[in-house]
Amino acid sequence: MKSTLIALVEDKPGVLNRVASLFRRRAFNIESLTVGHTEQPGVSRMTIVVDSARTDVRKVAQNLYKLVNVIQVEDVTERPAVIRDLALIKVRTNGSTRAEVMQIVETFRARVVDVGLETLMVEVTGTEEKIDGLVEVLGSFGIVEMVRTGRVAMVRGSNGNNGKSQYRVKGE
Amino acid sequence: MRRTGAQIVWEMLKREGVEVVFGIPGGAIMHVYHPRRDYGIHHVLVRHEQCAAHAADGYARASGRVGVAIATSGPGATNLVTGIATAMMDSSPIVCITGQVPTSVIGFDAFQEIDITGITLPITKHNYLVTDVNDLAYIIHEAFYIARSGRPGPVLIDIPKDIQKAETDFVPPEEEVRLPGYRPVGPGDPEAVRQAADLINGAQRPIILAGHGVLMSGAMEILRAFAEKTETPVALTLLSKGGFPESHPLALGMMGMHGEVFVNQAIQEADLLLAFGMRFDDRVTGRLEHYAPKSRKVHVDLDAAELNKIVPVDVAILGDLRQVLEQLLPLVEPASHQEWLEQINRWREESRARDIVNRPSNGRLLAPQVVHAIWEATGGEAIVATDVGQNQMWAAQYYHLNRPHTLMTSGGLGTMGFGLPAAIGAQVAHPDKEVWAFVGDGGFQMTMQELATVVQERLPLRIALLNNGYLGMVRQWQEFFYDQRYESTSLLNPDFVRLVEAYGIHSWRVTTPEETHQAIAEARSHPGPAFIEFQVAQEGEEGNVYPMVPAGAALHEMIRRPTPAVKAR
Repeated sequence: MKSTLIALVEDKPGVLNRVASLFRRRAFNIESLTVGHTEQPGVSRMTIVVDSARTDVRKVAQNLYKLVNVIQVEDVTERPAVIRDLALIKVRTNGSTRAEVMQIVETFRARVVDVGLETLMVEVTGTEEKIDGLVEVLGSFGIVEMVRTGRVAMVRGSNGNNGKSQYRVKGE
Repeated sequence: MRRTGAQIVWEMLKREGVEVVFGIPGGAIMHVYHPRRDYGIHHVLVRHEQCAAHAADGYARASGRVGVAIATSGPGATNLVTGIATAMMDSSPIVCITGQVPTSVIGFDAFQEIDITGITLPITKHNYLVTDVNDLAYIIHEAFYIARSGRPGPVLIDIPKDIQKAETDFVPPEEEVRLPGYRPVGPGDPEAVRQAADLINGAQRPIILAGHGVLMSGAMEILRAFAEKTETPVALTLLSKGGFPESHPLALGMMGMHGEVFVNQAIQEADLLLAFGMRFDDRVTGRLEHYAPKSRKVHVDLDAAELNKIVPVDVAILGDLRQVLEQLLPLVEPASHQEWLEQINRWREESRARDIVNRPSNGRLLAPQVVHAIWEATGGEAIVATDVGQNQMWAAQYYHLNRPHTLMTSGGLGTMGFGLPAAIGAQVAHPDKEVWAFVGDGGFQMTMQELATVVQERLPLRIALLNNGYLGMVRQWQEFFYDQRYESTSLLNPDFVRLVEAYGIHSWRVTTPEETHQAIAEARSHPGPAFIEFQVAQEGEEGNVYPMVPAGAALHEMIRRPTPAVKAR
């Protein structure tokens, strides 16, 4: 079972290092961690995927709060959220397989973003399951290279980042 | 007002109420040192940077204020590490200021360059590398706020040499800090507090486990009122000693690995544990599966990460302990637990009968009796610093304390060498009070160079060396669990009295119980620093700390002191 945490952190030097150091010293198992800018200047957003069978998600959130630069942590696993992963996949092709690969890409609503003599580069966005599926199918043609961003997530509805976090305990 | 970075450091320390700092100058921090005397802040020149951090820590624990340590870059900074880690594990508020090579050469492996913010990242509550002199004043202000607020802890500020030199218009930072994600807790959730009150009102055999949080949140008075109203006995962790008067009829004493048997029995038999500002350290719980099996549990702590971390509890209250007790007190009913207290007292009498200080002297000098004698001579009114190991446990067991902020001891990290520098910090905080350092011959030799600091600062410190010629606690484990093979624990020691005399400190050597009281009396009446070496029993029943919960055993499975009747001799 994978859990997804969204952490808003101050955009200051070393913050990613502080978070990574925390996970290492508390022996938390992290599947993926993405970080990027948000709509607020000075605030970065991390999407952290935790294997909740091996790591207690509550402890991850509580320990993140101990870092001075962490503003808010939210577990969105049980909330209606859009969760996306992006992959770039370079597939081996030749004259006879190219059309077949492009048809598969079409079926998965992915895109061909570069064509070489012996390869195609495919860009795909979606849930991890969907990307896993595409990777499996393309695997039979030979995957030369692949990169995945890891999970990013956003809760559905009209609330922004200031929506209530379930780990902000009363009185805090 | 044009000021250099160096001047801003002192200007800000002054504004934060700092009167004294501990440190050693060096190449990359000289600029900071240069203007010091213009600001009237006293500097204690220690002999090793580790002790600057320990002394700042001791100062903080004794005074309730933030301690400050200063060191140069590179080895000066890395020498602070053990002291910073000690403060981190015991939530002690210190601010460490280190010099750094100029920003232009950071990352070039310059002379005495080290990434001290990287090194101390896991052992500080927060740290800073200053890259703009205009940020310096605010960073210092924020560092002090972070160090002392919430769950206190060490904060490090690394200042490159060019930032120290740079001039800017000094503008005092506004009082309010800009920390959107940092919110120290206040009172607890009223619903959780009400649930706790229900459990308390229904309990027959309640017990309070008082932790360091009692001292940190200033909950001494309200804790006492709570314990008296609910007639609940109070067991203490090592670090909470002084948080509840040990002379109080409801005081049980220290719990855990070297707590008295009756205290641990009470925990195991209780039907309600009230864990107040403590964190269920493994030295306190023993084997977790068998810990306090008959009890419901309430845990109050200001750090959410401590709640349900080790011991799952029935009611967890996130909040400042003093404020939570203020919420709880009106909700709990006055209670009487005579039967429970009588039961505990029967166990207590049994422990007392075995207690070595209640035995007639057999002519040999025993460490518990030495601590007991110093406790009696000082009326329990001294400030006590300990090293780590047997001396620490004897001091904790036999020096009973009634007032807060009177024990300096390294609990979480267990740092040998802590005793002397921590005592220096405590004596600097309280120049007119009687301060005793209890040290063993192992730990003393880890930081003994600070005797020079004691003399240079003219501190009237009293040092009691419990010399058993061994790394005693390790030797005790070898005696119990490693076939009595004393592997690498026997110490060929110097003549401590002559050595300490060489520093100009008046010294006594005590080898028999008869000499004990007179030496203590003479050392106490001596105006300057005083040192007594007690050559105590080395091994066997008389050289061990009893009782003891072996590692991995349940709290009630203690190794007890053999009773005199059982004794072979």
